[in-house]
Amino acid sequence: MSTLIEGLFNGISIGSVLLIAALGLAIVFGLMGVINLAHGELMMLGAYSTFVVQNIFKSFGDPWFDFYIIVAIPVAFIVSAVVGLILERGAIRFLYGRPLETLLATWGVSLILQQFVRSVNWLLMISLGIFSLLFFGGIQVVKKRADWERIKSKTLTLLIFLSTGIAIAFYSLLSKNSVLTKAWFSARNVDVTAPKWLRGGTTALGFQTPYVRLFIIALTILCLIGVYWFLQRSTWGLKIRAVTQNRTMSSCLGIPTAKVDALTFALGSGLAGIAGCAVSLLGSVGPNTGQNYIVDTFMVVVVGGVGNLLGTVLAALGIGILNYLVGSGTLALFLTSFSAPQSLIDFFLFFATSSMAKVMVFALIITFLQIKPAGLFPQKGRTAEL
Amino acid sequence: MSQLGRRKFLLYSSTGVLASLFLKGCADSGGGDQAADPCAAADPCAAADPCAAAGGDGIKVGILHSLSGTMAISETTVVDAEMLAIDEINAAGGVLGKQIVPIKEDGASDWPTFAEKAAKLIDQDKVVTVFGCWTSASRKAVLPVFESKKHMLWYPVQYEGQECSNHVFYTGAAPNQQIEPAVDWLLENKGKEFFLVGSDYVFPRTANTIIKEQLAAKGGSVAGEDYLPLGDTEVTPIITKIKAALPDGGVIFNSLNGDTNVAFFKQMQGAGLNPDKYPVMSVSVAEEEVRQIGPEYLKGHYASWNYYQTVESPANEKFVSAFKAKYGEDRVTNDPMEAAYIMVYLWKQAVEQAGTTDLEPVRAAAVGQKLEAPEGLVTMQPNHHISKTVRIGEVRDDGLFDIVWSTEGPLDPIPWNQYVKETKGFACDWTDPNKGGKYKEA
Repeated sequence: MSTLIEGLFNGISIGSVLLIAALGLAIVFGLMGVINLAHGELMMLGAYSTFVVQNIFKSFGDPWFDFYIIVAIPVAFIVSAVVGLILERGAIRFLYGRPLETLLATWGVSLILQQFVRSVNWLLMISLGIFSLLFFGGIQVVKKRADWERIKSKTLTLLIFLSTGIAIAFYSLLSKNSVLTKAWFSARNVDVTAPKWLRGGTTALGFQTPYVRLFIIALTILCLIGVYWFLQRSTWGLKIRAVTQNRTMSSCLGIPTAKVDALTFALGSGLAGIAGCAVSLLGSVGPNTGQNYIVDTFMVVVVGGVGNLLGTVLAALGIGILNYLVGSGTLALFLTSFSAPQSLIDFFLFFATSSMAKVMVFALIITFLQIKPAGLFPQKGRTAEL
Repeated sequence: MSQLGRRKFLLYSSTGVLASLFLKGCADSGGGDQAADPCAAADPCAAADPCAAAGGDGIKVGILHSLSGTMAISETTVVDAEMLAIDEINAAGGVLGKQIVPIKEDGASDWPTFAEKAAKLIDQDKVVTVFGCWTSASRKAVLPVFESKKHMLWYPVQYEGQECSNHVFYTGAAPNQQIEPAVDWLLENKGKEFFLVGSDYVFPRTANTIIKEQLAAKGGSVAGEDYLPLGDTEVTPIITKIKAALPDGGVIFNSLNGDTNVAFFKQMQGAGLNPDKYPVMSVSVAEEEVRQIGPEYLKGHYASWNYYQTVESPANEKFVSAFKAKYGEDRVTNDPMEAAYIMVYLWKQAVEQAGTTDLEPVRAAAVGQKLEAPEGLVTMQPNHHISKTVRIGEVRDDGLFDIVWSTEGPLDPIPWNQYVKETKGFACDWTDPNKGGKYKEA
């Protein structure tokens, strides 16, 4: 019996990592229908924010360092949400209702973000700042002219060339300065160390439970409650749901749909940031971190049924528990104690390695989607646009 | 009309300014990127590079590593070490009175790309040798290229053995110079029951086959083994298996590669598997990886290599201080970097002895080259591998290794494994035309 409970706990802890990673995507993909392939990279930005906060707290000394994670979570949320907001305003809003273009654009963004953390340095940031200042500042200035509409396209071309030119000139002028061009993170992975109270584990439940896992489960539950409350109980949540169901009607009723879109996307991105903070305690933090999670998160959302939080929760926990029970050989052991037929035990023993368990879970998911193509809880009635 | 003309003029002139700035930026980075080396041909401005015209005065060598993709994290450090050796040789007057001109190509962590770039280096750039590759998969991909063109590759990373090509010089450890001594040491000092963990590809699987045979021969036992897909970060099932297979503690032999190591050690600690009961011996975790995982998680665990930054020798002091001076105080050196560094010197010695850069004389001259390397004396053997000292290190607080055990002197390499039935009794000798890559020892 205790093996079973331990198995369930471990399964849930795997599932909660999947869930917290997929939660943001469930909102972005589920509610807005945006296939966001940059979701993993938003997680990565969250993980890097955690790294930065950790290093800042390291300089504060010992008692403070233990609590860096408390600060890192909101910081990761804000960083990823802001990047998500820029992404939505800058690219995705032009692509609503065109899933293929969104897919390609967000994939491009994911590559840009990966390369960005590899090569970011002060000089690059300052040059980017100069570019934005000149370009957007220039637009604001020229906008005041009466003939703005007429000269718009030409001004934009000119501004983009001029500000890029000046920014690049600035960059090449200072590129000899080694202090400015020292990469912040470089292509190498960085190390995030859990604070002392999150290392090790407890045996209070009769088996070893790592503190980090408990922390992530708690964090996942908090995020779930938060998202549920926001979507179901707040005014903005109501607006988000309204826009999801019928954009035109919502717009007619005076809901600022553009603002709602931006907010929803920022929320989803911010949750990705929190997930990044959580997984940095378990795994590696590097430019490729996001890539490790993107397939799993889409799998969870698709199995759960697009647009349904409960489905996402059940799918994440189901996949996690199944993965654990098969992969660790617990299922085979369990069947042995029930004196199940030998062939069945052999079958599960064959799948009792991490690689093979993945194969089995994938096969089961494919079979499941053949039977229920729209996932666990398909959306009923008229869906919004997709 | 006049307004339009002015605007057009502005547009064109700004484009012109931009283009010239761009070119200038390129030329700058060509020089600034590799301060001591104006001839780095990997940057896109190679056409404007003064060294391209002066190619007749330099000796072109290829550097073929992943500068992008998953493996870039590891392989760029090896490139740094190779560039350091080339710069040092050039500063001391070059080879045969000529400067070495490195031509960098990016294998992009993609094995077919490696083969393509190898062919490009040989056919288009006409390099006299290539230093390159990290993963066994990339080496296997470029091997047919080097064999068909009868060219020369220097390979700096420890690998699983079971290969001996006339066209490759291996300066990393063969299994008997890393894995086998580690298993022997563990059997003597840490316990008889082993759990084998590895990434799911050719190196860990071959390595574990060797370990299993060796354990069977020496009275140890395998309590279990499991493989994780590359890049996987969920290790809970494996930890459960380890606990079930070794309830009272035992030895874990770890040949995981890349990101999975981070997840493995972080989650091991959370699950209460501590080094006093479950010591982990790693064969892919060196100083650079320790930094990325965090020494807090690794302290007390072990690794087996030929070289550590903490090796005490004058050659190593010189290497470490030169490396830090070039790349920064916060950098560390590790085994593959050292192997990459010395292979450039071994090649240089072979060229000097042959008196030419022609392939066959250099190949013949390379065998028998001796070098007082940072890791100690190394000698290129007739089987194209080098004899190396083996050391076991224990991770300490600052992320470097305490050397807890080492062999008396350099150990001769055995590429064909003697614990595996299919290759037992075989050896390799390229100095004797009757023997070649795989012959049955009498």
